[in-house]
Amino acid sequence: MADFWNRYKRNRMAVLGLFIIVLILIMASTASLFYPDDPFRLVGKPLSGPLENGFLLGSDSLGRDVASGIVHGAKTSLLIGLIATLVSIFIGIFFGAFAGYYGGRLDDFLMRVTEIFQTIPSFVFAILLVAIMKPSISSIVIAIAVVSWPGVARLVRGEFLSLKNREFVQACHTLGMGDMSIMLREILPNCLSPIIVIGSLMVATAILIESGLAFLGLGDPNIMSWGFQIGAGRTMLRSAWWVCTFPGIAILVTVLAINLIGEGLNDALNPRLKERQ
Amino acid sequence: MKNLLLSINDLSILLPEGSDRQYAVQNADLKLHAGETVCVVGESGSGKSLTARAVMGLLPAPHVRVGSGEIMFGGQDITKVSNERLREMRGSEISMIFQEPMTALNPVMSIGDQIDEIFRYHVSMNKKERVEKSIRLLEDVNLPDPSRIINAYPHELSGGQRQRSMIAMALALGPKILIADEPTTALDVTTQAQILELIKNMQKRLDTGVLFITHDFGVVADIADRVIVMQEGKIVETGTARQVLNKPKHAYTQSLIAAIPRLKPRQARKRSENIVLRTDDISKSFGSGISFFGLGKGGREVKAVQKVNIELRKGETLGIVGESGSGKSTLARCIIKLMESDDGRIELEGVDISKFDRKNMRSHRKRIQMVFQDPFASLNPRSRIGDIISQGPILQGASKEDAHENTRELLDIVGLDPRSFDRFPHEFSGGQRQRIGIARALALKPDILVADEPVSALDVSIQAQILELLDKIRKQMDLSMLFITHDLRVAAQVCDNVAVMQYGQVVETGPTAKLFANPKHEYTKALLAAVPGKDWHFSQVK
Repeated sequence: MADFWNRYKRNRMAVLGLFIIVLILIMASTASLFYPDDPFRLVGKPLSGPLENGFLLGSDSLGRDVASGIVHGAKTSLLIGLIATLVSIFIGIFFGAFAGYYGGRLDDFLMRVTEIFQTIPSFVFAILLVAIMKPSISSIVIAIAVVSWPGVARLVRGEFLSLKNREFVQACHTLGMGDMSIMLREILPNCLSPIIVIGSLMVATAILIESGLAFLGLGDPNIMSWGFQIGAGRTMLRSAWWVCTFPGIAILVTVLAINLIGEGLNDALNPRLKERQ
Repeated sequence: MKNLLLSINDLSILLPEGSDRQYAVQNADLKLHAGETVCVVGESGSGKSLTARAVMGLLPAPHVRVGSGEIMFGGQDITKVSNERLREMRGSEISMIFQEPMTALNPVMSIGDQIDEIFRYHVSMNKKERVEKSIRLLEDVNLPDPSRIINAYPHELSGGQRQRSMIAMALALGPKILIADEPTTALDVTTQAQILELIKNMQKRLDTGVLFITHDFGVVADIADRVIVMQEGKIVETGTARQVLNKPKHAYTQSLIAAIPRLKPRQARKRSENIVLRTDDISKSFGSGISFFGLGKGGREVKAVQKVNIELRKGETLGIVGESGSGKSTLARCIIKLMESDDGRIELEGVDISKFDRKNMRSHRKRIQMVFQDPFASLNPRSRIGDIISQGPILQGASKEDAHENTRELLDIVGLDPRSFDRFPHEFSGGQRQRIGIARALALKPDILVADEPVSALDVSIQAQILELLDKIRKQMDLSMLFITHDLRVAAQVCDNVAVMQYGQVVETGPTAKLFANPKHEYTKALLAAVPGKDWHFSQVK
């Protein structure tokens, strides 16, 4: 573990990314301390600029506090990003592992299914799914998971294809080990590193998709999110720039930080790739 | 003495900080004259390859660099010359051939284009001259049908043909020095013999100085004029081939030579009447599968194993020898049921297991176990040694305590500290890992052990230890062993009987001593004739 951290911290930007994410996590978890009010509550004069009328980052057209929205929205974004990623990684591993391990007809079938999902533009597909299921936290998580698992499935399949012919796996066959144990205990632990890396990057994508959905009015109407804030302020972009800008910066910084972490994890988990430089 | 081409004086090469030793090569001196072959011999990690790379200016900078000393070539110190001068020198004055010709050649360029590149960079000739010269070069290295090969891509050629093309490229501009870094290690023994012959002939014609890096004393005996022995970065012995091979002075050289298996076959023990394993006309072919929905053309069919009959008696070691592609590994994998055989019977103590599915096979698994070739690929990098060894008995129903107890005993038997139980594979050397692999196979107390090239990935001194261990265990546990190898020296040491395979068929079988002394089949004769260093009599070495 110490060794892992040593390799991770060699990438300065990754350490910065981790620092930012920790800050955002602290912000999300202490949201109710600093802004105990519901972020939807109308607390003051509409369209106050930053630092006017007691608003740190201004208020929107109805008089809601933008800063409060950002702090509370962080929880939504991170939660949806994490859960959606976990679900899609689970589906991806399931499809990829079976396709790669058994090969043949099953592989053909599972991969054709994967390709069907890959051919549909993912954001349009997500919109469609949310529109059908009615906007809510769970429907958004499901939509994001459904559009993002094919990448994981392809990756896991590739890893399984190459690992299943390794001698240590063959040795397990000669010991009489069953397929399930071989897949879970022998092969899967050996392809965790690329899955962790792709997973960290998928969190960033998931946050973007969630924001995009909320921007189009397909977010959960009862939960504050960054995308919702931007959507609410987009018509006044020229007159009240702060309503869109600050949530936008929040998305940008979060996604960037997660990408930096993903990059750093990649360097730390695949040290041989790094040494080529 | 002919004129001096290359002189390495007091060369030290630094390893990056934090490595297990400071120097890759320490205070090395080496001289190479025209028309001479100097062999640099040593085990893996001895610094022999880095010495050769330093001469080409090809050290993996900036991690590994020359610390002190000089490499004098044509009045210039190679460690100090500019990159332009180095580039000019490479290929035209000093050239190099590598171990694995498949990776040393560019897979998307035809052989002709790759030779052509050398001419374009170093000399001015028009297109027609260049093509003619290229064809002549390919003729010189005895490639069949050069006008076809010039348009061929590397994957269309065999390993031997690729190495010949590499040699043609290396010799294209008549370099003064040829550096050969284990050029025959990846090749079959008959091909190896041809390549060594070719290098010798070309050298005689062009009066090239050859710096030959190898780990194989048999090759040294065949090709060297002078020998340099390296151990952990230091040169421990230098001398003429005859001196070093027959009267080694340094203890390390002596131990290396003593570790080489003798080609003299062991005396076969009395053959038991009891047949433990028998195959009856077993066959296996690959690549006849049809594609999805029946679209596209079906693949080419390769008959890897064709109607093979072998018989393993109680307590004997049966060697399966052959070159790559002869089907010996496929045969082993069919017998141990890692693959389904297409046809024929496999009788394990009278029971035909060839049609068993995995569930039926499970109860028979413990009677037949396998030791794999690659000690680095055959252990799960994420599992502890103890779990790797004890998982077999646990799967077969032993209690955890018993299995762990048994594992500690086994670690002791294979010569490892029982405290290694909780360590991971990457903490062990290749030889130790192979011991772990053997312990895993023994954990189920099998009657039959299938060993698929168990020592071919190991250094010669480690190889000797592993062979000794296998022999000890065989006696101790009364095992019958199926020993697959490409190395006739190893076969001579461990096998009571030998089956020779070629193109998926057993062409000759018999007691090792008889078969080596009096081979009947042409292919067996060719194999025996190609063993490197066969005329060198170790027995005289004191």
